[in-house]
Amino acid sequence: MSKKSFRQAINEALRQEMQRDPRVILMGEDVAGGQGGSSGVKDAWGGVLGVTKGLFTEFGPDRVFDTPITEASYIGAAAGAAATGLRPVAELMFVDFIGSCLDQVMNQAAKFRYMFGGKATTPLVIRAMYGAGFNAAAQHSQALYPLFTHIPGLKVVIPSNPYEAKGLLIEAIRDNDPVIFLENKVMYDDEDEVPDEAYTIPFGEANLTREGDDVTIVAFGRMVNFANEAADRLEKDGISCTVIDPRTTSPLDTGTILDCVAETGRLVVVDESSPRCNLACDVAALVAEEAFDALKAPIRRVMPPHTPVPFATVLEKLYMPDSARIEAAVRSVMGYKAKQDA
Amino acid sequence: MAGTITPITMPKFGLAMTEGKIASWNVEPGSSVDVGEELADIETTKITNGYESPASGILRRQVASEGETLAVGALIGVLADKDVSDADIDAFVEKFQNEFSSQAAETGASESAEPVVVEVGDLKLKVQDSGHGDDTPVLFIHGFGGDLTNWMFNQDHFSGSRRTVAFDLPGHGGSSKNVGDGKPATFAATTAALLDKLDIAKAHVVAHSLGGAIALELAKSHPEKVASLSLVAPAGLGKDINMDFINGFISADRRKTLEPVLHYLVHDKSLITRNMIEGIIRFKRLDGAVAGLETVAKACFPDGHQADDLHGALENFTGPKQVIWGENDEVLSAASAKGLPASVKITLLPETGHMPQMEKSADVNAAVTQLIA
Repeated sequence: MSKKSFRQAINEALRQEMQRDPRVILMGEDVAGGQGGSSGVKDAWGGVLGVTKGLFTEFGPDRVFDTPITEASYIGAAAGAAATGLRPVAELMFVDFIGSCLDQVMNQAAKFRYMFGGKATTPLVIRAMYGAGFNAAAQHSQALYPLFTHIPGLKVVIPSNPYEAKGLLIEAIRDNDPVIFLENKVMYDDEDEVPDEAYTIPFGEANLTREGDDVTIVAFGRMVNFANEAADRLEKDGISCTVIDPRTTSPLDTGTILDCVAETGRLVVVDESSPRCNLACDVAALVAEEAFDALKAPIRRVMPPHTPVPFATVLEKLYMPDSARIEAAVRSVMGYKAKQDA
Repeated sequence: MAGTITPITMPKFGLAMTEGKIASWNVEPGSSVDVGEELADIETTKITNGYESPASGILRRQVASEGETLAVGALIGVLADKDVSDADIDAFVEKFQNEFSSQAAETGASESAEPVVVEVGDLKLKVQDSGHGDDTPVLFIHGFGGDLTNWMFNQDHFSGSRRTVAFDLPGHGGSSKNVGDGKPATFAATTAALLDKLDIAKAHVVAHSLGGAIALELAKSHPEKVASLSLVAPAGLGKDINMDFINGFISADRRKTLEPVLHYLVHDKSLITRNMIEGIIRFKRLDGAVAGLETVAKACFPDGHQADDLHGALENFTGPKQVIWGENDEVLSAASAKGLPASVKITLLPETGHMPQMEKSADVNAAVTQLIA
């Protein structure tokens, strides 16, 4: 056990599963990188941010291969490879590129098990970076997990720290259904204690990173860390929060969310994806429908505005939810007073 | 010169402890305390522990507030006589804080010894090997589902004049998850091989719960390696075992279901911290961990009872030997301490559950010190 970065945690999960199971292969744009060049370096890139570095040299060209810049073909190939016996981990680089290959994911991989009457399994993992805060502009900064969550047949994973990333990725690779595994691109250097051994974290089991009596905060991915920061500051002022990291948006651990809201009576949902039809809407609807009687205040959602992610640094900062906005939302639900009947 | 000022700093209860959280202050600012009086409850990565005042005086400041987490050595309070002025205390606090932050930056890298991995046959064992000196080493063996950090309040206590070794049994903590047939005799053989590997010819053995049965097997098979036996709530001396604990420990995979199971371990239920629960859940997620626990449980507690009766091993062991038991043990009943041979020293601790080495660490350390002196 030692401190490892988010990047190392993912690399270690891939390496250990590739060692354990020869059917696990990697494919994507520059997952090795630099092949065919004159430098003699075999994996110059190891992925655009170095996440898969070293895997090409360890497992060779049969199991780690660079694809052309054509998402439709290699994501389709990965879905087919999964349906015929391999366990591919395909890297989509930026999740924004899903536009080029959505049919392969939505109409093919996600539907195989259902449409073949359970006779086909598709153990496919698609890894992709998501999220704003990297100054990567509107086409490389989206948090498109609501899109995947919307599609039955897909599992959607958003790890919130390096420990979670390793265990959830190993679970994803061992899962027999297509899994979309989303990595927040500004978290790769975050560090955490990560066991050296392989371990799995089950899907559909939320993690409570804080436990409190006053307000339940549900947050996704990187937002979990902001929610924790806000909760720690609020604690000093005597406001105690439960912070729920659902880990997976599909399946979603609705039971834990409802249990916690039943205890606190107040809900704040933090979601960095575009505000219409996102996970915050989903969770808010769930609680409004199933836990209405428990609510002592209106549900508050902390989200970006309905606009493309701005490129300008100051605007991008303004766009993103942060711990200050979460704190303000918690204070507002704590201060809520029901209007007296007229 | 005005009266002395004593800094109250975050204690280091064990090797693995790098920070602690003030669970509660037990003394109001302005109240006087005596040496040994509990100033505060400190929450660690395992259980919450009382912090005894290192000096007498008036608690003039609570520098850290309840709920705050601070590094070991950080200032949490100030003790001084009433003739010390507030200005002097302010100056003291400021000076301490300045020096502590620069000191922390310097020594951050050279923290206490980390556990190492020792290969024994085809097993990799995580070993905390610390202390040195001429006195006979002490070996700590944890129990079912435990790991070497179960001794975090004990190992340091003996490391001043001798080598001390705590390790994760196969299937536990950071060791290989292969438990073989899961029987105490098999673990004892691994323990003997570990001692050989570490060049330890003979050690005082301090063992807890199922580790107690392993220690008794070790004393039976390798009496020459065992200088003394201190058995803390040991298995092997009775028929009964709380299977709700064993089965619950194996099956519970969420904090909500595991917490009530862990309550069986201690008399004061509030001692079980979130971190302790999280640590166990994380251990159980490791590949092979639950399968290993199942094998051990089947081998040691078939049909809901303890399989091995090791009274003979205890009787035949000729070195100093003792049994330490919490009177309120809910896992292995302290009734098993009755009727043991007179050569076995018995210590029963009131208001104590199944983990006296954590819940009443000072008493356990004193009893072991006395036996091995």
